[in-house]
Amino acid sequence: MSSTTDALSQAAPDAPIPPMGTGGFLRWVWRQFTSMRTALILLFLLALASVPGSVLPQRGTNPIRVQEWISNNPTAGPVLDRLGFFEVYSSPWFASVYLLLFISLIGCVLPRTRQHGRAMLAPPPPAPRRLERMPAFEELTSDRSPNDVLESARAFLSSQRWRVRLGETPVESGGDGSRWVAAEKGYLRETGNLLFHLALVVVLVAVAVGGLFGWKGNVIVREGNGFSNTLTQYDAWGGGRFVNPDSLAPFALTLHAFKVDFERGTAQRGAPRQFEADVTYRARPTDAPTRTTIQVNQPLEVDGAKVFLVGHGYAPHFVVKDSTGAVVFDDTVVFLPQDGNFTSTGVVKVPDATPSLGLNGMFLPTASFDKVRGGISTFPAPDNPALFLSAFRGDLGMDTGVPQSVYRLDTSKMQKVGLQALAPGQTWTLPNNTGSVQFTGFQRWASFQIAYDPGKELALGAAAAAIAGLMLSLFVRRRRVWVKVADLPQGGSLIRIAGLAKNDGADLTEDVSAIVARLGADQEKGSA
Amino acid sequence: MTSVELAQLSNAAVYATMISLSIAMVCFAVSFALGRRRPAVATGPRAVVEQAEGSTAVLTRTETTVDETPDAGRRWANVGMSMAWLSFLTLLFGVVLRGLWAGRVPWGNMYEFSITAALGILGVFLIMSIGRDLRWLGLFIVIPALLTLGLAVTVLYTEAAQLVPALKSYWLVIHVSAAIICSGAFTLAAATAGLSLLRSRAERKSADVTGWLTRVPSADKLRTMTNRIIAFTFPLWTFAVVAGAIWAENAWGRYWGWDPKETWAFITWVVFAAYLHARSTAGWRADRASWIVIAGWAAFMINYFGVNIFVNSLHSYAGM
Repeated sequence: MSSTTDALSQAAPDAPIPPMGTGGFLRWVWRQFTSMRTALILLFLLALASVPGSVLPQRGTNPIRVQEWISNNPTAGPVLDRLGFFEVYSSPWFASVYLLLFISLIGCVLPRTRQHGRAMLAPPPPAPRRLERMPAFEELTSDRSPNDVLESARAFLSSQRWRVRLGETPVESGGDGSRWVAAEKGYLRETGNLLFHLALVVVLVAVAVGGLFGWKGNVIVREGNGFSNTLTQYDAWGGGRFVNPDSLAPFALTLHAFKVDFERGTAQRGAPRQFEADVTYRARPTDAPTRTTIQVNQPLEVDGAKVFLVGHGYAPHFVVKDSTGAVVFDDTVVFLPQDGNFTSTGVVKVPDATPSLGLNGMFLPTASFDKVRGGISTFPAPDNPALFLSAFRGDLGMDTGVPQSVYRLDTSKMQKVGLQALAPGQTWTLPNNTGSVQFTGFQRWASFQIAYDPGKELALGAAAAAIAGLMLSLFVRRRRVWVKVADLPQGGSLIRIAGLAKNDGADLTEDVSAIVARLGADQEKGSA
Repeated sequence: MTSVELAQLSNAAVYATMISLSIAMVCFAVSFALGRRRPAVATGPRAVVEQAEGSTAVLTRTETTVDETPDAGRRWANVGMSMAWLSFLTLLFGVVLRGLWAGRVPWGNMYEFSITAALGILGVFLIMSIGRDLRWLGLFIVIPALLTLGLAVTVLYTEAAQLVPALKSYWLVIHVSAAIICSGAFTLAAATAGLSLLRSRAERKSADVTGWLTRVPSADKLRTMTNRIIAFTFPLWTFAVVAGAIWAENAWGRYWGWDPKETWAFITWVVFAAYLHARSTAGWRADRASWIVIAGWAAFMINYFGVNIFVNSLHSYAGM
């Protein structure tokens, strides 16, 4: 049998011909949409739709690689870009899959909640006529009266937290004249199932709350420098639709020192071993400063926002003098690491020199010379620091009003004046006595991510509820048992006990045996 | 004991495990090669009369007795089980020594994850085999365990070193141990699901299954077993993902960022959620549900090997 014919033959009973009339048709569509089969298909689609985002670079995490990918693939790149493949998880097609899934989920779960609520209030259904057809069944006789047996069974089942109903099937109404106890247990299975699905809806709401009311920013702070939580101080900042960027929590922090250790053994040589940012912070400008350390896995929490340590690097210190010997630049400059050994590049712009001076620099914490690649760093710690500079004179382009990156030098209107390698403390006298550049030393910088997500506690609570619900829905077994008692002609009772599991794979032999054992014990007690 | 001795002993234990696993594999394979199981001889239903004091309780019950005479194939499978236990113990020894050598939990790089994952596969199988006859499953557990170890000692081997700062957290123990148990259980479920597919194909061809598949339970029983394993593993996997999210919030400032590792954890989760839905959808309960389990396991494996090795992810650790 091929799988297609299997699908058709199996689908047929579940998918009746749509009824006539608009109302009937819409109801039919809704029923199909909220069916398990639709949920299944949407789950597959969701899994499938998630894949491209793990293969292609994504703008949210790596905008530079997205740009590279598009320029490397001039035909596919722009097309995929337009289709949202570089922002998969915020693309309309991804959103439509999960929103449809959630609508289908709600459409399925709400009626089931109502149904389950009713079932919880209602007594268990009456005993079926023919218990011997049930998967677990035992028949026995007793010389106790049917009333006694029934009471024993009821008491036992109640004590085992079964929901119990007593009844009879009178002969007048076509029954066999027996009396019975019907019992049901395991309502928590469905409760857990509903809890799990509703908790998922809450997770989605929590994600939305975080997206609309939360914000996130990145900032680089050099040792000895500070940062206060205002938009202008951030290198990058993004906030939700309902965030007012002008009223961020007014905390401030100062980075005193950044400590870092690297592996010096042969195994994983150069891998980081310890990052520690020594900071003081104030929640409000008027507060007294508090000293603390921020480490990876150990963020600083201030005013509901969290400050995470996400990166670090070197900031060489430059003193630039003009031809008269006057200092025109005296500061540390952030250099960005380019590889695991912290070969770092950066730019110094000195608009106050005449004409303006620009420096392209490469900082090597442990410099060594490679025949092919030239100067490279062979270890991330500053064991043998060196700085390579190329100097340019001319128009820095800073007066055009076009915002410039502090990490790039636009040399289109500049002339190269020379190249120089410097060790800490060395000074490079620029050609023709036009001034000097001194590499006095270096500091470290740390980059922080500061995030505020008001939805995360809700998400955590909902995730915990989802796991609890999931465990109930998978481990609790919903089951029914019946004990039917009839008079024997010679006195005493004929007892029939049966059990039925409502979910597959469950075996009720044990439950039935427990009832048999208890009735036997009660009988001994009664006869003793 | 010096650290060099610890290291050598740990590596020796891993190699010893590979040898004993190979022997186990051969034994299980031979037990299949020896052909069909002696048919179970069942006696018919008979009435058992129990005499209770002062009364007569008569119960009608079907008592089935199976002829349990061991055949040659079973003897080979028994040796295989013993070797599997031995492998588990030597590997446990190797993993513990690795931790002692490194002075931390042995989950700092791919080599260490892999030897622990092999331990997880064997452990989940052996724990499940207590009180159940799972000898028929042995071959399909030993092979993935052996492959994982083989990959670990050849491609992934790294000297023990300290943890990178990102891994220095007690969440490493919680998140990774849950994920490792899941790797074992998902592998087990994929094995039973795969067997159920083979077995159901054989059952469709003829009511009387022949060949090595006679040693394997019926397709229906295999599916029930798969379902039970997933019912246990799915909440645990949910927990592993949530624990990872809590850790990510603490280390990177967001609980979910669609990092490739997170994405594939999500895909794995969604596929197994689809499996649970398939189990209550007409037309999907049988073979298709089994295929979904295999797809879920594949997603898990892509997450484990693919993302660490081929994709640029926050989860790409030092030394792979």
